[in-house]
Amino acid sequence: MAIITYRDALNQALREEMHRDSRVFLMGEEVAVYQGAYKVSKGLLQEFGEMRVVDTPITELGFAGVGVGAAMAGLRPIIEFMTWNFSLLAIDQVVNAAAKMLYMSGGQFAMPMVFRGPNGSALQLSAQHSQAWESWLAHIPGLKVICPSTPYDAKGLLKSAIRDDNPVCFLEGEMLYNTKGEVPDGEYLIPIGKADLKREGDHCTLIAHGKMVLVALQAADEMAKQGVMCDVVDLRTIRPMDVDAITASVKKTNRAVVVEEGWEVCGVGAQVVDYVQRHCFDYLDAPVLRVHQADAPMPYAKALEKSAKPDVPKTIAAIKQVLYLD
Amino acid sequence: MSTAKTAKKKNAPAAAEQSVANPAQASSGTAVSAADDKTLNRDMLYSMLLQRRFEERCAEMYAIGKIGGFCHLYIGQEAISTGVNSVLRHDDYIITTYRDHGQALARGMTCNAVMAELFGRQDGCAKGKGGSMHMFDKSLGFLGGHGIVGGHIPIAAGVGFAIKYRGGDQVIACFMGEAAVNNGAFHEALNMAGLWKLPCIFIIENNRYGMGTAIERASAVNDIYKRGASYDMPREMVDGQDVLAVRDATERAIERARKESTSTLLEIRTYRFMGHSMSDAVSGTYRTKEELETYLKRDPIVLHRQRMEDAGQINADEVAAMDEEIKRIVQESIDFADASPELPLEALMEDILVETTS
Repeated sequence: MAIITYRDALNQALREEMHRDSRVFLMGEEVAVYQGAYKVSKGLLQEFGEMRVVDTPITELGFAGVGVGAAMAGLRPIIEFMTWNFSLLAIDQVVNAAAKMLYMSGGQFAMPMVFRGPNGSALQLSAQHSQAWESWLAHIPGLKVICPSTPYDAKGLLKSAIRDDNPVCFLEGEMLYNTKGEVPDGEYLIPIGKADLKREGDHCTLIAHGKMVLVALQAADEMAKQGVMCDVVDLRTIRPMDVDAITASVKKTNRAVVVEEGWEVCGVGAQVVDYVQRHCFDYLDAPVLRVHQADAPMPYAKALEKSAKPDVPKTIAAIKQVLYLD
Repeated sequence: MSTAKTAKKKNAPAAAEQSVANPAQASSGTAVSAADDKTLNRDMLYSMLLQRRFEERCAEMYAIGKIGGFCHLYIGQEAISTGVNSVLRHDDYIITTYRDHGQALARGMTCNAVMAELFGRQDGCAKGKGGSMHMFDKSLGFLGGHGIVGGHIPIAAGVGFAIKYRGGDQVIACFMGEAAVNNGAFHEALNMAGLWKLPCIFIIENNRYGMGTAIERASAVNDIYKRGASYDMPREMVDGQDVLAVRDATERAIERARKESTSTLLEIRTYRFMGHSMSDAVSGTYRTKEELETYLKRDPIVLHRQRMEDAGQINADEVAAMDEEIKRIVQESIDFADASPELPLEALMEDILVETTS
């Protein structure tokens, strides 16, 4: 098994699926000649040509709509947002068009398309470039929402997303592109809607997705040194959410902490907590706690930014609190 | 009165401004042959009259609560849907706005399917899930009525992209109101269509009012077709009350799209004889009764019928017989929609996602 970066895993997924199906094409800003703002599409223009790897003007609403129209006419578009922050300009196409076309048309127009790009904060990019949008997108019936945390998951889930006949929002971690992990040489798919138990333990459940899975795993490592063993449930897919995986773990550990990159109010963690209280009420030994971004726009200043972000110490503090170790 | 006169003058197509991008194409000769084609003219009269009678009954059905929600009538603009569809091929595509009943009928959807949709019934073209604003028929390449002003214009560019991607010679006709051109989606879509040479025909149905706001109060440029220059796109202004003029301009645009894969911007000037929607008075707030009456004199159906009568292509008895037949078909569609079952409640959670088969 090769060890490759998250970026190369995504690149492999794109290449393999474009070879597999001539209806699949990639469109977005700087995806072709520039080879991708984050180099995820490196080499694809040379391999597939300019009709299938298409540079667009800076026109998110426009090219997201082009994707919708192409899907209605029988193609399978992959629409890249340079970052999900810019997708707000295109949200009408994602929410009002892609997510609703099948329903409004009484089942006539399926929308086999993927909207993808980096999500969440990097380092000192300030307020407009440091946002995690999965809770917004997961609110919408008609969409699937995926946030992979590892190279293995990124490749297998992107391939599944491209083959899915529904609109899929695929949110990559901007800080994950350089992370490395094992990826099998042969073809494989990971089913959408299935969580993954990334680490096992009996004392507390940590539920996370995307970049925060790495934070949860580090926190679990630290707690293990103190004899506290944590389950780490990687949601992988936010919508549909794998409720069974969450509840199975919480019923075992009786305690849970949810870690997410986004803001607290109406966040992904709020939905997880709702599932837990409904399905695990009699099993809980402590209130479920959440770790998330501070309820403020992301600041530029280093110390303020660090203070705003969910991290390992904050996660450890939450774990200790649900275990009454403080 | 002066308002009405000014408005009429502004909306009257000036011959010198037509076919701005390529004046030579204005004299292609198609107008002459089309005007002589009795069968074609009869079919177009039938199509327009069907839309008119259908929607007159829609207004009635709305008043007695058979149709709910928003309901935007197309009355007065029928020459546009009919003229454009008279030259589209079966494998071409159409996408339009929420003012879509007439477009659906002109494309060939049955009165039964449209009326049942308006009634929210199972036999509607979208099983009753779309309603007045969201007519769809995949088999006819009818890609929907869309409810967000401007939102469907980039989708049309995407269909044009797909046609080019596959190397086909189809076209997509994208209808929009004149108010949509002030929306960013219009600019973004036309820029890409011009840049990538997509086979799209962008058809502005300029009925002068975006809801209650007159074009002069909304757009910095009132000759909207001139906006095509921004996208290096052939453009024309067309008299939307003359079905043959609409047909001719569309024919030229389609030829450019099929042979050269070039988009065209058509500004077709028309007038909405009814209010914006059923809750809007026909006149009295943002437009005067006098202005309305001025425009009513150029009813596209009356103009076309008169031309046919003058040419000896139809007589009053034949028109009356056609009208009777249409009224019967429309009545049957009301009976059909009434008898069509309501959707079972399980349908609420169907058609949200599809099973993936690939």
